[in-house]
Amino acid sequence: MGVVSLVFGILLTFFTQGALAKPIKVGLVLDKGGRDDKSFNAAAFKGATEAKEKYGIDLKVVTASDDAAIEPSLRTFARRGYDLVIGIGFVQGNALEKVAREFPKTQFLIVDAKVALPNVRSVLFNEHEGSFLVGAIAALTTKTKVVGFIGGMDIPLIRRFEIGYRAGVQHINPKVQVITNYVGSTSDAWKNPMKGKELALSQYKKKADILFAAAGASALGSFDAAEELGKQIIGCDSNQNWIKPGHVLTSMLKRVDVAVFNAIKSKTEGTFEAGEFDLGLKEGAVDFALDTFNRSILTPAVEARTNEIKNQIIDGKIKVPDYYDTLRSGAKKKNA
Amino acid sequence: MIELLASSIRLATPLLFASMGGLLCERAGVATICLEGVMLTAAWTAAVVNYYTHNAWLAVTVALWVGALTMGMHAFLTITARADQIISGVVVNFLAAGITPLLTNALFGAPTNTPSIPLSDRFHSIELWGLSEVPGLGKILFAHPPLIYLALALPFAVHFAVYRTGLGLRLLASGDGPEALRTAGVSPGRVRYVALLAGGAIASLGGTFLSISHTSQFTRDMTAGRGFIALTALIFGKWRPVPTFFACLFFGFADAVQIQLQSTTVFGIQFPVQFIQALPYLVTLVVLVGFIGKAIPPLSIGKRLG
Repeated sequence: MGVVSLVFGILLTFFTQGALAKPIKVGLVLDKGGRDDKSFNAAAFKGATEAKEKYGIDLKVVTASDDAAIEPSLRTFARRGYDLVIGIGFVQGNALEKVAREFPKTQFLIVDAKVALPNVRSVLFNEHEGSFLVGAIAALTTKTKVVGFIGGMDIPLIRRFEIGYRAGVQHINPKVQVITNYVGSTSDAWKNPMKGKELALSQYKKKADILFAAAGASALGSFDAAEELGKQIIGCDSNQNWIKPGHVLTSMLKRVDVAVFNAIKSKTEGTFEAGEFDLGLKEGAVDFALDTFNRSILTPAVEARTNEIKNQIIDGKIKVPDYYDTLRSGAKKKNA
Repeated sequence: MIELLASSIRLATPLLFASMGGLLCERAGVATICLEGVMLTAAWTAAVVNYYTHNAWLAVTVALWVGALTMGMHAFLTITARADQIISGVVVNFLAAGITPLLTNALFGAPTNTPSIPLSDRFHSIELWGLSEVPGLGKILFAHPPLIYLALALPFAVHFAVYRTGLGLRLLASGDGPEALRTAGVSPGRVRYVALLAGGAIASLGGTFLSISHTSQFTRDMTAGRGFIALTALIFGKWRPVPTFFACLFFGFADAVQIQLQSTTVFGIQFPVQFIQALPYLVTLVVLVGFIGKAIPPLSIGKRLG
């Protein structure tokens, strides 16, 4: 036993010393979606891989197969002297906060959650800005003057999408009607494609011709409805234009890859800052997707107008309503 | 309004298959909380077979066997290995929930969903004998994919099989008095095996409907609790086919109403969605506490064979 720990100790010293001379070590913990979820985690993996190629960092990626595995994974990286430990997704927030407290000298990045510690950089996205843009696209494209919104679980994050989208639609044309549905109020709402399809069918029957689906896997059912009825739909989080080519008008992008890449970049350049960062259109962290799959249905006129609006938001000429602000002011009123 | 009915029927379909499969199992005396798992493995199989072979009916057939085998595992654990019926059901559910994303990942490089099946390879709506020409109603009530008609006919077939055939009587005896069955020279274990394999095959259609008829791919945990709602419908229907049929339609209707009411304001007020979502279960509770009647399960359910 003694010998083993001695050897271990020597190895550990060896490794930590090696790290000083070697490129920085980055540990990335994905949640259960894994690196091929074609969405959130895949984007994080992509950002980290790009940073690896560009800066030659020492990158190690683990997937926390269930929520209970998140904390040990983060702690293992921190204990082994990784310079930057990255947690992806709202669910990792609490675990990362705990581990970051235990290892105050290690620096952390958490995406989509807020951890207020001096060694943690929290990156949040301005989803409402991206939603505003796709709302504008929907209003510019609709022929029936009715558009829809399908949310997954009814939580503040998704309300933020809805309010931004609605504002985007009304910015173009206040007369366009927005129909809103939520799949449910439990986490089953993210994985219920049958319900996602029924909601989409009912909205299309109510004359909507474009929907925005922010509903995780449930949205795949909504995509099926769009395909069957020959209508259009807007994807969410990652670029989903390829799923049903010709029916996906655009996708609202959340550039998790940019967030991860930039954090690693700043770490290699020695400019890493902790604190809360809200990344939006200005930082290129939320956007709308345009590629070969939707080039033929998103007209150049609409594209030009959308880019114009994008610049106006960046310049502060358009103020996009944020559901979180509404919540905050509501909370203040209650306290007062 | 008519659209509401069509939507109710669609939403009730997976429940109908699952509850009729569950009915056979439970009337034979085996508690079956693993309908969820059976539907999941079947949904996965159907999506994969349809994707590779471009043949929807072949997908249904293969999924039927996989559903039967999944329930067969429950049968082996509870009848041959004499495991507790609830625990075995939990095991099957967990196994199905775990193995389907694992295999999806192995085949397609991502655990979340299988690739979408092209429209041309999927089931198409069949319009029934000119009834679909009835103005207004026709296209909505009589133009569905084949599995929906099957689901609507199934409870009556099950009713006939359970109450009017010899095998059905053995099934009932196996559930209410396996000793009596044994006295008559019939092995209740064997009857239960047959019932569970048949029940698994029927429940599998619920999963198949979800993945290749209603939507176009398998997604992880896509049953979203429908196996348990089907069990609720079965209890609501007091383990009898025709009342269970109406219970499923009622749950489907409640779900459809909820979808319609979500985005509309009635008399100037927005309906609280959560309340409408909870309504069918509230009604079930009221029914089950005995105001309207008592739901008595098959007498030997949950008990190991002596």
